[in-house]
Amino acid sequence: MATLTVPAGVPPVAEDCEQLRKAFTGWGTNEKLIIDILAHRDAAQRRAIRAAYAETYGEELLRALNDEIHGKFERAVIQWTLDPAERDAVLANEEAKKWHAGGRALVEIACTRTPAQLWAAKQAYHDRFKRSLEEDVAAHVTGEFRKLLVPLISAYRYDGPEVNTSLAHSEAKILQDKIHDKAYGDEEIIRILTTRSKAQLLATFNSYNDQFSHPINKDLKEDPKDEYLATLRAIIRCFTCPDRYFEKIIRLAIGSVGTDENSLTRIITTRAEVDLKLIKEAYQKRNSVPLEKAVSKDTTRDYEDMLLALLGAEY
Amino acid sequence: MQQFLAVAAQATSNSSTAAPPASPLRSRPPRREQPSIVVKEATMADEHQELTKAFSGLGGLGVEETALVSALGRWRKQPEKRSQFRQGFPGFFTPSAAGGGGTIERCSDEYVKHLKTEFSRFKNLMVLWAMHPWERDARWAHRALHKKHHPAAVLVELACTRTADELLGARRAYHALYHRSLEEDVAYRLRDKEGHLLVGLVAAYRYEGPRVSEDLAKEEATALAAAGAKPQSELVVRVLATRSKPQLRATFRMYEKISGKPLEEEFGGEAPCMREAVRCLDSPAKYFADLIVEAFKEGADKQAKAALTRVVVSRSDADMEEIKEAYLKQHGTKLVDTVAKNTHGHYRDALLAMIGK
Repeated sequence: MATLTVPAGVPPVAEDCEQLRKAFTGWGTNEKLIIDILAHRDAAQRRAIRAAYAETYGEELLRALNDEIHGKFERAVIQWTLDPAERDAVLANEEAKKWHAGGRALVEIACTRTPAQLWAAKQAYHDRFKRSLEEDVAAHVTGEFRKLLVPLISAYRYDGPEVNTSLAHSEAKILQDKIHDKAYGDEEIIRILTTRSKAQLLATFNSYNDQFSHPINKDLKEDPKDEYLATLRAIIRCFTCPDRYFEKIIRLAIGSVGTDENSLTRIITTRAEVDLKLIKEAYQKRNSVPLEKAVSKDTTRDYEDMLLALLGAEY
Repeated sequence: MQQFLAVAAQATSNSSTAAPPASPLRSRPPRREQPSIVVKEATMADEHQELTKAFSGLGGLGVEETALVSALGRWRKQPEKRSQFRQGFPGFFTPSAAGGGGTIERCSDEYVKHLKTEFSRFKNLMVLWAMHPWERDARWAHRALHKKHHPAAVLVELACTRTADELLGARRAYHALYHRSLEEDVAYRLRDKEGHLLVGLVAAYRYEGPRVSEDLAKEEATALAAAGAKPQSELVVRVLATRSKPQLRATFRMYEKISGKPLEEEFGGEAPCMREAVRCLDSPAKYFADLIVEAFKEGADKQAKAALTRVVVSRSDADMEEIKEAYLKQHGTKLVDTVAKNTHGHYRDALLAMIGK
C-alpha cells in the first residue's frame, strides 16, 4: 500500500512544468514548490511532466534539478522522479560498479520486484548503459557473491501460483542438508534460491519450518559478521516478509550512529508507490514510534521535507 | 516417376527406360506381344522402385504422397500387383508363415515406425510453422529437457541464436505452458558439469546494441587464454553467458589472434555444449548449415533428421539467406538442390517454399 498522496484535482501537466520552471529561475531555488509538485505525482504523471518540460524548455527536467539542487535532497528528488524501471537500473548500476559486501539494492531489485518489473529494469539498463545488467554484475562483483548474485538477477521466475508440494519438501531437505554441512555456497542452495518461483520458494520455506521446527533463517546465523550469510538471509526475507525486511533496513539506516541516507532514500523512493504504508505499520509495531517521527529526528531541512512528503505527510 | 505416369496414360513416352525405341530402320512394325511384355516387366520393376522410394524406402526424408495415391488408383482390384510389390521390397516386408499353409509378407515393426516418422514430417513442419515462435521454442526446450535421447544442444541453439527478446518471449511461453521457468527446469535437470553453462545461457538477457569495446575484448581473450579456457572454468561461463554477441565475436577473434587457434577447438568431447555455444554465438548461419548437413548424412539418427525441420521452420524468416550462403560456401552445392534431391513429396515442397529461391 502506497503512501504517495496525489491531490484530487491534479493541475494540468503544462501548469506543473511552468511552476517547476518558476521554482528554478531567479535567485535561489524554491525547494518547497519542487516537493509540493513532484512528491505528489505518480509515475505516469511524473513521466508526462518530464516529457512536457523537455519539449517546452528544451532541457531535461532531471538536468535542471541536477543544476539547481544538491546533496541528499537532490539525490532523493532525482531518484523519486525517475521511472521505477529506470530507478532500479540506476541503483543496480551504482551498486554493481562500487560493489561492497553489504550491498542490498541488487538483492531488493531481484527479489522484491515482480518478474515483469525486473525485466523492465533490465531493459532500462540496456537503454541507459548500453550493456546488460548481468554483464556488469558479473564483471564487478567477485567471489561467492558473484556466484550468488549473477543468477539471482538473471532469473525470470514463473509468476503464478502453482506449487509442487513434494518438490517443496524435498528441496527444503536439500537446503537443510547443505546448511547443516555449512556448505552455504553450494550449487544446490544457489539453484533453489535463484530459479524457483516465489510461490514455490514460500512453500519450500514453510516446509522447512514444518520439517525442522524452526525457520530457515535461524540456521543461517552461525556467524553474525558473515556478510554472505547475511545476504542469504536478506534474500529469504525479501521473499517471505518484504515489509519487515524494509523496516529493518530503515531502522538500521536511521540507527544510533549517523544516518545511512542512501539506504533511507532508496527504500522510501522505491516503496512509496508500492508498500510504504505496510512498512510504516511494521515500523510502528516494532519501535513504538511512527516512522515519520523517527525520520524527522534524524534528517534535516529539504531532505527531511522530501522524505516526509513521500511518507504521506500533510502539506 | 516419369515412366509409369507415361505408361499409365498410355501416351508416347520420351523417357529412355520406358520401351525399346521403335527403330525407324525397321521395315515392319514391331511385333505387338513381345515388346509389350518386356515393356510391362521393365516398368513393373521401375514401378516398384518408384513406389519403394515413395514410401521412403530408398532414403531421403518424407514420403511421395502423389506417387502413393496414384499407385492406389492404378492397382485397384489388383491384389497380385500389391503382393508383387511387397515381395519386391524385402527390407520392410518379410515372408512369414500364416496359418493354412500360405505365406504372407508381413510388415516389420521397424518399418511401421519408420513410416510413422516419415509420414509425419510434413505434419510436424506445418504445425510448427503455424505456432507462435515463442511457443515453438518453449516446446522444443521442454522436449530437450524431458524426453530421452534429446541432446541438450537444442537448448544451446535456442539460447544463443535467438535475439534477447525472442529468448525472453520463449521463457514467457514456457511459464504459460509448463508453470515453471525454463531456468529452473534446466538447473534441476542438468545438474551435471555443463548445467551451469546452460542455466547461464538460457537466463541471459543480452544487450543487443552494436557497441563493442576492443579493450575489453582483448582483456577477456587474454584472461581466457591464461586460464587455459577449461570447460569448467567459471570465467568462460561468465563471459559466454553475459556479454553481448558483437562483443563476444570481438573476443573470439582476439582469442584466436593471441592463442593461435579458435576458442571452440579448446573444448573437446567433454564439453560439447560449450563448444556448441561458441559456434552458435560466433556464426549461427554456419552452425545451422552444419546441422542441415548432418541431417542428410548416411546413418543420421532421428534427432539429426528432425533438426532439418527445426532449422528451416525457425530460420525461414530470420537468417535463411545467410544459411544458404554458408551452405554453398562450405559444400559447394546449393541448399535448395540438396533438399530437392533428398526429400520427397509435400515435405520437400514445404521445405523448398520456406527456404526460398
